[in-house]
Amino acid sequence: MNLHAIKAIYRTEMTRMMRTVVQSIVAPVLSTSLYFVIFGAAIGSRITEIDGISYGAFIVPGLIMLSIMTESISNSSFAIYFPKFTGTIFELLSAPISFVEVLLGYVGAAATKSVIIGLIILGTASFFVTIDIAHPVIMMLFLVLISVSFSLFGFILGVWADGWEKLTIVPILVIMPLTFLGGTFYSISMLPPAWQTISLFNPVVYLISGFRWSFYENSDVAVAISLGMVLGFLLLCLIAVWWIFKSGYKLRS
Amino acid sequence: MQPIISIKGLTKTYEGGFQALKEVSLDINRGEIFGLLGPNGAGKTTLINIVCGIVTKTTGSVTVDGFDIVDDYRQTRSRIGLVPQELPTETFETPWNVARFSRGLFGKPENPGHIEKVLKSLSLWEKRNEKIMMLSGGMKRRVLIAKALAHEPEILFLDEPTAGVDVELRQDMWSVVRSLRESGVTVILTTHYIEEAEQLADRVGVINHGKIILVEEKNRLMREFGKKQLVLQLTDCLAVVPPELDDYELELSESGCELTYHYDTKQDHTGITALLAALRTAGIKFNDLSTSQSSLEEIFVGLVNQEA
Repeated sequence: MNLHAIKAIYRTEMTRMMRTVVQSIVAPVLSTSLYFVIFGAAIGSRITEIDGISYGAFIVPGLIMLSIMTESISNSSFAIYFPKFTGTIFELLSAPISFVEVLLGYVGAAATKSVIIGLIILGTASFFVTIDIAHPVIMMLFLVLISVSFSLFGFILGVWADGWEKLTIVPILVIMPLTFLGGTFYSISMLPPAWQTISLFNPVVYLISGFRWSFYENSDVAVAISLGMVLGFLLLCLIAVWWIFKSGYKLRS
Repeated sequence: MQPIISIKGLTKTYEGGFQALKEVSLDINRGEIFGLLGPNGAGKTTLINIVCGIVTKTTGSVTVDGFDIVDDYRQTRSRIGLVPQELPTETFETPWNVARFSRGLFGKPENPGHIEKVLKSLSLWEKRNEKIMMLSGGMKRRVLIAKALAHEPEILFLDEPTAGVDVELRQDMWSVVRSLRESGVTVILTTHYIEEAEQLADRVGVINHGKIILVEEKNRLMREFGKKQLVLQLTDCLAVVPPELDDYELELSESGCELTYHYDTKQDHTGITALLAALRTAGIKFNDLSTSQSSLEEIFVGLVNQEA
């Protein structure tokens, strides 16, 4: 195991985050705060409790999910796309490292950033609403697993993308709608039966539901199923990344 | 002595069918400076990229210090440093950070002293904390060399290292390359500046259309393929070369005031003494003479044209 390489990649990526602290941390915190102001305070004050939870508190897990999914994808896709764009990828390809070490460096750093952002948003939310975390360990487990999974997904996206448009199109056209329709701002049980069934085909529903359960012991689907979905997605992404490195897809000619 | 790089029957066919390398076999000796010459699109960069692991081979084998580049990629890649032809740099980073990153990436523990030594040897020390985007093209080229040397490679690939670099910087880089060779590093150099190979290389390989057409010691190559010529400035210009000098195949310049004689230094008798005697007999006087030898560039162009 090339530990020095993992450390070098991880440190460089974390330094990049600190260099772009406004973009990396302040921006997601600010946008989440705005969600609280609009949905929590302005609109939320007119919405009754959902399953005994105040609306402001109800949306906290969903908003954290929204941020960590988009940030994980954004961070890791950019981390691997930018060297491809500038040509510095040659160094990574000619280095004595395996795909596992590359992933531990890039995905590890992207996931770390996401977890930090998730915790900062949680802290920010606590200024607006009272939050109880029923299962903090499971909450952290979901937070870490989802950060890692979506960082892996972002890595795949960054390898696949051959232009800036492709890099942004998936988060905007796929992830964002799925997250908004995945129960961030409402419970699936509030929807008409037909839409409830359709929603179950949205994988993000399971992520938000499981994460929310760790806070309030309240979920749209069983927490075991949510955990299974997260692990399944993680496995799929790992297989895809393994294949990318084995075949050299979009990396080696 | 076992070659440090051994390439056997290497072929590369890209998607789309373009065959960049055709059964290339080549050995690079430990500690030498090897000049790989060839016109654009000859396959130089593909060859380097395969050895470094950036491009996958189609068939054939490559070993580095006895290790296979596929099965033992950690062993082979950790021994190699690469300075690519383009100038890909981490725009927002500093020379110090990128050199430190490269060292770690290639599995070496931190060694600020070594990074300092490398940056100083490349005159980058004063610029170590400046953003790379603020550096000139020549400085960026030095940063790439610093990155390649940061992990103390045994083999250094320099793909067009002085392209777009001014004369002074080129001389500096030649000096760096020579000192690397003195420290035991094997250097493989591709260049469009044949003068560069003439100055630096111990051996020269010529590649064209994906095939190695010649590998030879530079001095021997210049001796065997190079020709010398003797140019005489005549006191009285001639209209034609007198028939009694036909054996010497002399060339008369358009002005009629210059005679050129080609000779081969490998032969026991160059014919110069006889020619001078024949000129005296023919009553042809000259007021100056000079000799010159064909450059590596002329030899290279001749070889490539001959192969085409």
